[in-house]
Order: sequence, then C-alpha cells, then structure tokens
Amino acid sequence: MATSARLEVSGLTKRFGGLVAVKDMAFDVQAGKILGLIGPNGSGKSTVMKLIMGIERPNAGSVRINGTEVAGWPSHKIARMGAGIVFQHSRPLHRQTVLENIKLALLPDKLTRLFADPKIDEHARAIAARVGLSAALDRRPAALPFADLRKIEIAKAIARDPQVLLIDEPFAGLTATETAAFSDLICKLRDDGRAVLLVDHNVKSVARLVDRVLAMYVGERIAEGTADEVMRNETVRRVYLGGSIETAARPESSFRDRATPFLEIDKLSVHYGKAQALDNVSIHVHAGEFVSVVGLNGAGKTTLFNAISGFLPYAGDIRRDGASLRGMTAATIARHGIVQCPEGRELFTDMTVRENLDLGGQHLPPVESADQIGWLFDLFPILRERQKQAAGTLSGGEQQMLTIARALMMKPKLLILDEPTLGLAPVILEQLSKALERLRQTTAITVLLGEQNVTFALPHADRVYVLEHARIVWEGEPASFAAGAGTGYL
Amino acid sequence: MRSRTAQILLVALGAVALAAFLPLWLNAYILGLLTMAYYSGVFAMAWDLLFGFAGEVNFGPTFLIGTGAYTAGILDNLYQPPIWLCVAAGTLAAVVGGVVLALPALRVRGPYFGLTTLVAVLMLENFIIVDAHLTGGENGLTVPDVISISDSTNYEIALWFMAVSGAILFSLARSPVGLILQASGQDAVQAGALGFNVTKHKLTAFIISAFFSGLAGALLVFYIGSVSASSLVDITVGVQVIIAAVLGGRRTILGGALGAIFLIAMSELLRPLGDLSNFVVFAMALVVVLLFPGGFFGLLTRSKESG
Repeated sequence: MATSARLEVSGLTKRFGGLVAVKDMAFDVQAGKILGLIGPNGSGKSTVMKLIMGIERPNAGSVRINGTEVAGWPSHKIARMGAGIVFQHSRPLHRQTVLENIKLALLPDKLTRLFADPKIDEHARAIAARVGLSAALDRRPAALPFADLRKIEIAKAIARDPQVLLIDEPFAGLTATETAAFSDLICKLRDDGRAVLLVDHNVKSVARLVDRVLAMYVGERIAEGTADEVMRNETVRRVYLGGSIETAARPESSFRDRATPFLEIDKLSVHYGKAQALDNVSIHVHAGEFVSVVGLNGAGKTTLFNAISGFLPYAGDIRRDGASLRGMTAATIARHGIVQCPEGRELFTDMTVRENLDLGGQHLPPVESADQIGWLFDLFPILRERQKQAAGTLSGGEQQMLTIARALMMKPKLLILDEPTLGLAPVILEQLSKALERLRQTTAITVLLGEQNVTFALPHADRVYVLEHARIVWEGEPASFAAGAGTGYL
Repeated sequence: MRSRTAQILLVALGAVALAAFLPLWLNAYILGLLTMAYYSGVFAMAWDLLFGFAGEVNFGPTFLIGTGAYTAGILDNLYQPPIWLCVAAGTLAAVVGGVVLALPALRVRGPYFGLTTLVAVLMLENFIIVDAHLTGGENGLTVPDVISISDSTNYEIALWFMAVSGAILFSLARSPVGLILQASGQDAVQAGALGFNVTKHKLTAFIISAFFSGLAGALLVFYIGSVSASSLVDITVGVQVIIAAVLGGRRTILGGALGAIFLIAMSELLRPLGDLSNFVVFAMALVVVLLFPGGFFGLLTRSKESG
C-alpha cells in the first residue's frame, strides 16, 4: 500500500526560535489524489509546503517522495526527486519570452550545457499547449494578463514531470471563469497520476477539487476528512467562526454623525498590476464607532487600509468628515489623526520599548507625552515592566501591544488595526481583547479593525463588513454574522 | 532572440574590426589611453556577469584584479619565468582567491555578500603595504619584463583580448547556463525548486569573473611594466569598474566595455577642467544611472526590444 503513496509526511516539526510553526504534522497523498491543506493565515500551512520542498529545513520528522526520505535535503535535490511547486507569486524572467521561461525549467542542472538541446524547444511548446499558453509563446511576461502569469508558474512546475505537485493558493487573484479553467487544469494533472497538495485559506475555495482536506491551526492538525466533514467539524467551525460569541454592538443610530460619517469610502477600486485587489468597495465608519472588516488573507483588507492611509493609488473616493483625502500624502493623513498599525508591526526592533513610544509621541509636548505613556502603561501593564527591553526581544503578543501603544501615542482619531492577532497564541489574544474593550469603553476613539479571526473581531465590533475576493459581500451586526455570513466564510 | 544575439555580436565585431585600424591614425598617447580602456572594459564585463546575471554585487572586483596582477608581477620579479607563465599563474591565483572568497561569501545574503568582498579588498591592500619586500609596498612593484614596447602592438593585444573576452562572456550569458544563472540571481528559492543548484551556478559565475579579472590584471602589469595598489587595487579603482559596468548597462556584458571606454574618454576630454573633471564625469554617471537605469547599451537596444 505504501507503493501508491507518492508523498508521505510524518512527525514533521519546524520551530522558528521559540515559535513552533509546525508541530508533528502527518499525512500522505496517493497517486491521482488531491489533498487540500487549509488553515487561517499564520497557521503554518505554507511552512509545511516549504518543508516538503526543502525551502525550509525541518527540525524533526520525515518527508518521503515515492518512498525516498528527503527531509532536510536542499530543494534542488528534492525537485529532482520528483516534487514541483507552484508559487503564489509569479516572478518570471522579464527579459525572456514565455517560451524561454518554460525552457528554463527544462534545462538540465549542468554547467556544460552551452547550447540548448533542440528537443527542449518542442517539449516547452507541448507544455505551453497543455496549460493554454500557446498563443502567448513569444510575448514577454510584462505584456500578459495575470491569469497567464499563473499559467507560466504551472508550466514551469510541471516541466520536469513531477509526481508530487504542491500548489500555493491556486486561485488567488483569479476571476470566476479563470478559476474554473484552472480547476480543470489541476484535475487533468491529477488524472496523470500525480499527487497534488493544494494549500489555501478555507475549504470552500478548494472543496470542488479535493479528495480529502486537512485543516491546520497554529501549527497543528485540527481536522481531516472529506470537504464536507471538515466543514461540519466543530473545531474548524470554532476557529473560523468563533464559538459562542458575546457581542455588545451599539446600534448605528446611536452615533451622532449619521448624515456625514467620520470616514466614508466610496466605490474604492485598487489594482496591483493586473490583479484586482479591491473592487468597488464602499464602507463607512462613524466617529467613536468600532468597525470590523472580516476577511481571509488575500481578501483585500490590507489594501483597503493602505488606500485609506494614502500609501496606494486608487479609483473612487475616501472622505474624512466629508472632505476628500485624495492628494494628501501618507504623512499628512497620519498627522491629521488616521493612524494605522500595520500587519507587519514595523517596530524599531533594536530600540527599547520606551524609545519606540517616545518616537510615537515626538510631536507632543514632553508633559503630554509623559501623560500619554502613563495612560498606555495602565492600558498595557506588561509594557511598563518591559520599558528598557529592546522591542525585538518581546514576544509576539507584547510586540503587538507595543505597536498599538505606539500608534496611540499619536492620539489618533481613527485607529486602524491590521490583523493584530496574526500568529498570536490564544492566551495573548485574550489580553489584547481586554485592552481593546477598555479602549472602547473609556475613550472616544474610532477603531477600524481588519481580522480573519472572527472570535477576536466580533466581540468589540459595532458593525461588521465581510470582504471576500476584493468585494464587500456582507454588512451587518456582529450578532447576526454566524447566521448571515458564516457559511460563506468556511 | 537567437538572431538578435547574432546581430549584436556582428555589430560588436564590426566595431572591433574598425578599432583595429585606429593605430594608423592615432598618436601613441591616445592609443595608450584606449589600451587602458580596453583592459578596464574586461574588468567591467567580468563584473557584470556577477551583478547582472548572478545578482550578486561584488564590491571587490579589484581583489580579483589585484591578486592576478600582483601574483604575476611578484613571480616575474623573483624568478623571471616566461611572461605567459606569469600571466597564467596570476590568473590561477585570482581564480583560487575568488573561490576562497566566494565560498563563505555566498553563504550570506544581500548586503553582507558585498561587505565581505569589500573587506577582501582592504585585506589585500593591507597585505601589499605590509609585505613591502615582495610587493614593493606603497611605491608599487616594477617588473623587469613587458609584453612589447610598441604602442600599436600593445593596443592590438588589448583590443583583441577585450574582444575575445567579451565574446566569451556574452555568449555564456546568453547560453542556457546564463539563463539558469539569471534565474538564480533573480529568485534563488524558485530556481532551487526548479531543480537548479543555485550555489553551484553562482560559484561558477564567480570563478569565470575571477578568471577574466585576474587575466586582465596580469596582462595589464606587463603592459604598464609596473603595478601599484593605488592604480589597481584601491577601492576607488573598484568603484570605477562598477560605474563603468552600470553606465554601460546592467545585464548586457558588452555594455561594460562601452562604459569603460566612455569613462576614460570623458576624463581625458575634461582634463582642461583640472580637478573638477572627475567630479563632472561622476555627475554624468549619476545622471545616466538615475535617468536611464538600462545604461548606454539599454538605450541602444531598447527600441529593438520593444519593437
């Protein structure tokens, strides 16, 4: 029976410093089968893929390809053992044509090959035909639509005829028609007898294709089975939808600026090259309101926030108190009270906690700055203890608190929090959650929170928007979220 | 693409053939300048193989050049073997030095690779100053032999040396090996996942770059008849090589030769400005790099590429 398992993984573990990114993972994929590996952002699924491909070295565990143990090998050797990977981001050689990009993947790893084998040309054309790139062979990547760039990635990955194919977020950035075409292609690759591993955020996006699904959360397996079984699984539902959530929404009618909300986003669209990151998004936030934008990784949350902060060009309009923000620099927008805590935290890691906070309070008079720091130390007591420590030595949760505290030093009118829970352990989430609740109850601050962790996003929210594939697909009160939008979220 | 490669080679060959007749018209002084420019051209082209294709910024081209030049010069001083033997030894030393430097340096990423190569130059320069009984120290080293005392012979040797080196480096860059090298430079993770041993390819690029740098450095010693740290090893010399390559056009190989000739021609034309001339040349280089990141060669070939 081991003969048909193309890919076998067992006991696979990866630690980054103190963080266990992948813990004791085990699964196998048979020839001609597709396994979906799903999990929210930060759950470790991409790390699993990198461990299999040898891009990261596992701390423990076994990876077998066609029965050969490859754990810890460099990735070029694993590739030659019959594994191929389709990266989420396309990075073709831009000076070369599509055909040449595919030919590259067919070249032998030899230093003596100064002239290409004529057979390679024929072979490359055949592969291009297979993925539907025949018409674009002589064009350069820059001139191609987004879907074709993804096809180049697939073409390169299958060039060496891998028996194990890993695909990272196969449908990210694709339209519905393109997604259908891609699904067909993946099915055909499976029908050749390959073992396919699809990595994605939720079950829904891969349900039609997969034979089985394995769900991960914070590095561990939480469920495995058919797509239906996993979607019905209690643990999975809790991770994605939250358990029984107590909500405490204030009705929208209780805010005074009903006629002209503090922040209005009107038909916002953003493109990254050819990929549409936001499509006609309209939301509003009242002064003092706490609004959560819920969406999986890649839905467009960060893009939305970056557009508000003035980091991106966009179509549509963003108004604050009725006045358009268009044309204002990011610095001006921030100085006038719209402050973002970016997903990456962007702390000055070599500076101490105190120095980071002092930096945030640069524009305040010294007395006011000291007062504000005192208030923040009450809000996040752990930061007071850690004052003299370098920010880089804090735990993830403490860093997140420092990021929020530093943003609050600027006394913002609107605080934008982009995925504050990313990679944090449940205990820390609770502390963070309490701090947000205090913030909401004791100050007049307006908060716009972007989250994929519903358990964290709902309890404080007055209103919720659901962002999916660049569009707002649901708007409503947190209490009705599970009923109204939950199924689409799994 | 293949025909475009042939086209470029044909144009380059034409230019070299024309240049071969220049001694008929030009005086010894200008021939001397051009001879220097041609050797610099080889330095720049060898550097572009690393930067443009392998994606590694080597701040120490003069470590390779200097190792080649000094090994050849010292050997000639001590034992007076035939010149070709000194040149071969210098080239070999540069290759060995290149491997010794690249093996640890390629393990580190980004700016640290550059820093490692920079430190190598400082170490070599220090060695030259300290070990004065071998290297002549700060006064430089005078060698007893030269290849030829005829300006036009020296000119032709430099010209054809540059032409052959350029042809080899250019063909290599456009070969399948060059394609793998480019992929390794742009996205090492992806290149590895496609089954390419990235370290092996980058190391090879370093060796080839060291070979041509060392060879050119050693030949240069027997053209000038002497070698000194300030003329061949100093950091500023390395920066000139880098500017020539970037000015000529990154990832073009042949651009390096254009850049080197341009730099030497400009500093000569601007000589009346005195001390200001270098400033003007560098300012012009800055403008080209900022406005035309593709360099001269990029400007020349861009119209064809988009058409």
